[in-house]
Amino acid sequence: MLIFEKSQQGRTAITLDKLDVPAYTLKAEKREQEARLPEVSEIDVVRHYTALSKKAHGVDDGFYPLGSCTMKYNPRINEKISGFDGFTKIHPLQDKSTVKGCTELMDTLTDRLCEITGMDAMTLQPAAGAHGEFTGIMLIKAYHASRKDTKRTKIIVPDSAHGTNPASAHMCGFDIVSVPSNAEGGVDIDELKKVVGEDTAGLMLTNPNTLGLFDKNILKITEIIHKAGGLCYYDGANLNAVMGVVRPGDMGFDCMHLNIHKTFSTPHGGGGPGAGPVGCKAFLASFLPVPVYGTLPKGYNAKKSIGKVKTFYGNFSVLVRGAAYIDTLGAEGIKDAAQKAVLNANYLLSQLKGDYDVAYDRICMHEFVLTLQGLKDETGVSAMDIAKGMLDWGMHPPTMYFPLIVHEALMLEPTETETKETLDQAVEVLKTLKKQAVENPEILHDSPRKTIIGRVDEVRAARQPILKYQF
Amino acid sequence: MEIKFSKSHEWVKAEGNKAKIGLSDYAQNELGDLVYVNLPEVGSKVEIGTAFTDVESVKAVSEVFSPVTGTVVAVNEELTDAPEMINNAPYDAWIIEVEVEAYGDLMNEKEYEEFCKQ
Repeated sequence: MLIFEKSQQGRTAITLDKLDVPAYTLKAEKREQEARLPEVSEIDVVRHYTALSKKAHGVDDGFYPLGSCTMKYNPRINEKISGFDGFTKIHPLQDKSTVKGCTELMDTLTDRLCEITGMDAMTLQPAAGAHGEFTGIMLIKAYHASRKDTKRTKIIVPDSAHGTNPASAHMCGFDIVSVPSNAEGGVDIDELKKVVGEDTAGLMLTNPNTLGLFDKNILKITEIIHKAGGLCYYDGANLNAVMGVVRPGDMGFDCMHLNIHKTFSTPHGGGGPGAGPVGCKAFLASFLPVPVYGTLPKGYNAKKSIGKVKTFYGNFSVLVRGAAYIDTLGAEGIKDAAQKAVLNANYLLSQLKGDYDVAYDRICMHEFVLTLQGLKDETGVSAMDIAKGMLDWGMHPPTMYFPLIVHEALMLEPTETETKETLDQAVEVLKTLKKQAVENPEILHDSPRKTIIGRVDEVRAARQPILKYQF
Repeated sequence: MEIKFSKSHEWVKAEGNKAKIGLSDYAQNELGDLVYVNLPEVGSKVEIGTAFTDVESVKAVSEVFSPVTGTVVAVNEELTDAPEMINNAPYDAWIIEVEVEAYGDLMNEKEYEEFCKQ
């Protein structure tokens, strides 16, 4: 039942404070129709959202190995700190001198993120990863434009990339050139050499890539791009595997984004809010959206800024959570988290190898990709069926059908916050599902069977979406 | 009018100097249930091996590459409301009709069948 259907005229959950300013009535013509907000009591609201939460699966409910999404546990201390009055009872239009604690937090966070990534300056403004990509590519565009180098119209993106990479580059007005992966899952160097040239504006790369593999040729790749006059953009989607161990700035990247909501543990998965700070080397710093916090590199000139990409300073409370996470872990803890994320993924991979085919059979980073094409050919059970089967065991499915270059792909990212016991349970569940696929495939076509909501009709949902409530 | 296939799994049926283009049975099977078909504009140019549109399935958005060079003279607007036509009858569900200037490297039915097995 939707909350609109529970509405009763005149029912309310709040009592407004006594009016202590002159009354003002909004002019009717400003609004074309009534706001039609649901009128419900407090208990109605509480029950409504409690019921909805029971129908969903979050990281607080159980294992959540959704590859590429880094669904790690969000420590409660982050919530506690971000709830402090000094961070919440403020207004972005307040005089800067009255919010010094907040600006200090942004200065400190910026400097720490620069240290982790090997960048010289950073904006905290972008609201999420793809927004960061857009901002980063705008920096590259501004750089070439500042040199009057207008022939650079192409951005190179590997075929294993997140779909947002080509989309972001396209949004910035670039043409996309796709480079294929080699047999090891990395960028095919020979193919890369063929496509670089005078029209190359830059390269967008995730490392480790979406297959969960670290590209060993990374220094060679960034050198090829630089020699052609292009710049290198690092997609920080998978930074969780390498933070505190290697830095994008040392791999030859010129600018990048990172996902605070993923790598630095703030709640996500329900559509946000996120935060996607964009860092860059000193020579790009002046192009960053203003205002820039943290230690500014020499020669910084805000007049060259590409302008704002979001109102005020971005999603501030998400940044507070990320800052709390970094402070709690410290330098050693950050490195330890990355190493344990990699260890957990390799443990899971090693336990599943006998039952499932691995897309690229080598040591992985924080995630890995299985291919269920063989199982599907043999039993008719697809990656989707196995994924849905996991729901019956109280586990969230892995990412399905991504990356696109792997057939019947299942991508698992356990993250560092899971215990060995949880990983062992997941192994047992996946082995049981494999056995079911061979012995009784029909069961899996109908799964999940034990959840409140069974197999949803994703095709109909996509073909005939209902996007708003019909009053 | 013989049906021919490209390596990127599009089919072409030539009629005079025009040709209809769609997605092969193998392609629709791999893509899964289609939920949206983007259509190019009539009058737009298509080029051999270059994407002229994209289709969306439950799994992903995929580009559709042109097996010919020429000008789009018609698009199958029925697909906008019924993308499932491609799943149900891939060889009837043409996406675009093109006035052809040149054909790319194409396979006949038997060669394509072999190609898909590899």
